[in-house]
Amino acid sequence: MLTQSRATVENYDSSTDFFPDMTRKRTPLLKRLLIALTISSGALVATGSIALAAEGDFDAEGAITSLATATNLLWVIIGASLVIFMQAGFALVETGFCRAKHASHVVTTNFAIFGLGFIGFFFVGFPLAFGGFSYGAFGLNAPIGAPLLGSGEWIFLFKGGWALSGGGVTPALLGFFLYMVAFMDTVATIPTGSMAERWKWGSFVIWGFFCGAVYYPLFAAWTWGGGWLSQTWSSMNLGAGYVDFAGSGVVHAVGGVAAFAGAKVLGARIGKFDKDGNPRAIPGHHIPMAMLGTFILLFGWFGFNAASTFAATDVQFATVATNTAIAGAFGAIAGMFWITKRSGKPDPGMMANGMLAGLVAITAPCAFVAPWAAAVIGIIAAILVIESVFFVERKLKLDDPVGAISVHGVGGLFGTMCVGIFSNGSYGAGWNLSDSDGVKGIIKGDWGQLGAQALGVAVIVVVIGGVAYTFFKLQDIISKKMGKGGIRSSEEDELIGLDIPEMGVYAYPEFVKS
Amino acid sequence: MKLITAIVKPFKLDDVKDALKAVGVQGITVSEVRGFGRQGGHSETYRGAEYKIDFVPKVRLELVVEDSGVDAAIAAIKASAVTGKIGDGKIWVSTVERLVRIRTGEEGPDAI
Repeated sequence: MLTQSRATVENYDSSTDFFPDMTRKRTPLLKRLLIALTISSGALVATGSIALAAEGDFDAEGAITSLATATNLLWVIIGASLVIFMQAGFALVETGFCRAKHASHVVTTNFAIFGLGFIGFFFVGFPLAFGGFSYGAFGLNAPIGAPLLGSGEWIFLFKGGWALSGGGVTPALLGFFLYMVAFMDTVATIPTGSMAERWKWGSFVIWGFFCGAVYYPLFAAWTWGGGWLSQTWSSMNLGAGYVDFAGSGVVHAVGGVAAFAGAKVLGARIGKFDKDGNPRAIPGHHIPMAMLGTFILLFGWFGFNAASTFAATDVQFATVATNTAIAGAFGAIAGMFWITKRSGKPDPGMMANGMLAGLVAITAPCAFVAPWAAAVIGIIAAILVIESVFFVERKLKLDDPVGAISVHGVGGLFGTMCVGIFSNGSYGAGWNLSDSDGVKGIIKGDWGQLGAQALGVAVIVVVIGGVAYTFFKLQDIISKKMGKGGIRSSEEDELIGLDIPEMGVYAYPEFVKS
Repeated sequence: MKLITAIVKPFKLDDVKDALKAVGVQGITVSEVRGFGRQGGHSETYRGAEYKIDFVPKVRLELVVEDSGVDAAIAAIKASAVTGKIGDGKIWVSTVERLVRIRTGEEGPDAI
C-alpha cells in the first residue's frame, strides 16, 4: 500500500487503482482517503527510516511515502478549515439579504448551526454515513463498522464508532471527520436562508440536531459512504454509479430541497405577497455584507472542491480549483447580464446568486470536465437560477429571502446532472470501485452515467425532499398540538423583528427606529 | 425674523451650505429626512421584483435670518440646489415670534 501511495507522487496518476485488494464494494471516497490515511503507518516508516539512516541505510521510499501521506492529511485539514470558514460567508450573505430588524436572529442561526449540526454528526451522523467503510481504512483490512440497514449492493445505513469511539481513531480518521462535518454544516445552514425572518429559534435548534444526526447522513451514506446509489454501476449497469465529486447533490441539492420544504411549511413572510398574490420586493438591509459573504464563499469553495481529492499528491486538485473559479466567474457575469436583460439593472443580489449557482453546479463535475465545460456550466447555472428565483416567487408563491432554494436546490440538481453530460473520461477511473476507465458523460457518447445521475436527482427530490418536508410538517403539527404555536414565530414577533423577542438584543441598537 | 426651511437633494447640501455662508448666513441646522412630493416616490427592482421607494431621502435645512436677509438666502438656496430635474425640493418661510441664545440670554435679532 505504501508503494502504491508513492506511485501517486511519482506519476501524478490518480487513475491507477491503488488498492486492488479492496473489495469492489468500497467507495471512491475511501479510496481517495486511503492515500491520506496511510499517515499512521507512514509515521512509523519515518521513524524507522531515521534509525536506518543513522546506520547508513537510508530508506528513501519510506521517507517519501511518509512525507506524501503527511502532506495529504495537511491538505485535508486545510480544506476542512476553508469549508468551515464558508459558514462565515453564509452568515454574511443571509444576514445582508434580510432586514435589519431580524439581523441578530439571522446571523445567530448561521452561527449556532455549526455547533448544532456538529453535535448531531459527532454522536450519530458520522457513523451512520461512513461507519461501514471509513473505519475499515484504519484497520486497513477489515471495516470496524458494518451495514445497519441493507446488505450487498443495497446498503442504506451503517453503524459503528459512535461519538468517534472505538478502534481506528487515528489522526487521519479525525481529519476525515473534520472535513465531513464541515460539509454537513453546509447542508444544515442552507435552510436558514429560505426560512429566515420567521423561523422560531427552538424549532431551528431541533432542525440543527436532526440535520447533523440523520438528514445529511442519509444521502451521504447512499453515495459517498458506499451505499446503494454508489453501486448502481453494478446493480443497474449505470456508468460508474452515482458520481458527485464534492457534493452538488450530496451537499447542495440535499440542503436545497430542505430549504424548499422549510419555506413551504413556514409560508411567506408577512407582506411578501400582496392581496392578489403578486410578489413584493423586500430589500436586504446590507448589500455590502452580502457581497462580501459571497466572496468568502468563493474563497471557501476552493477547500470544498479542490481538497475533495483528499490528496495533495493527486494534482487533479489544481484542475478542480481552476474549474471552480471558472464556473464562479462565468456564473457571476452571466447572472449580471441576464438580470440586466430581465429587469434593467445589474442587481447585486442576483449577481451573487449567479456566482454561487456556478459554484454549486461545478461542485459535482469539477474533476471530470474540461475548462470550457466549467464555463458553460457556470453560465447555464446562473441563468437557470435567476429564472428559478422568478419561478419560485411568481408561480410557486414561495418566499425565499436569499434565493437558497434556487442556488442550492436547482443549481445542485443541475450540477449533479452535469457529471452525466460534460464528463470527458479523463479522470475517475475505477470510481466507486467500478470497472469504468474514467467518468464519461453524453459528450463522450455514454448515457449510462446520466442515468445514474438522474436516479440520484430523483432520489434527492422525492425521498430526501420528502424526508425534509415530513420533518418540518411533523414538527409544526406536534408543536401546535403542544400549544406552542408551530415552528413559525408569532405574527407580532415577526412584525417588530425577531431580534428582541427571540434573541433579546438588537443587531444595531444605536440605529433603532422609534 | 424669519425661519427658512428648505428641503433639498442630499448631494446638494455642501453647495447650499457654501452659498448660504457666502451671503452671510451664520448658522444652519440640518436633518436627514425622507418624503415624497408630487412625483410620489419612484420604483426600483430588487432581485427582479419591482418595489416602490415611497419616501425618498432628502436633507432639511433650517435657518433663522433677519427679514432683510430672506431674499438673499432664498436666492442662494435656489441657485445652489437646483438641478432642473424632478425632486429638487422646496423652500418655505415662516415668521419667528421669539429667539433666544441659550448661552448669553440674548433675544431677538441679536441672538441670530
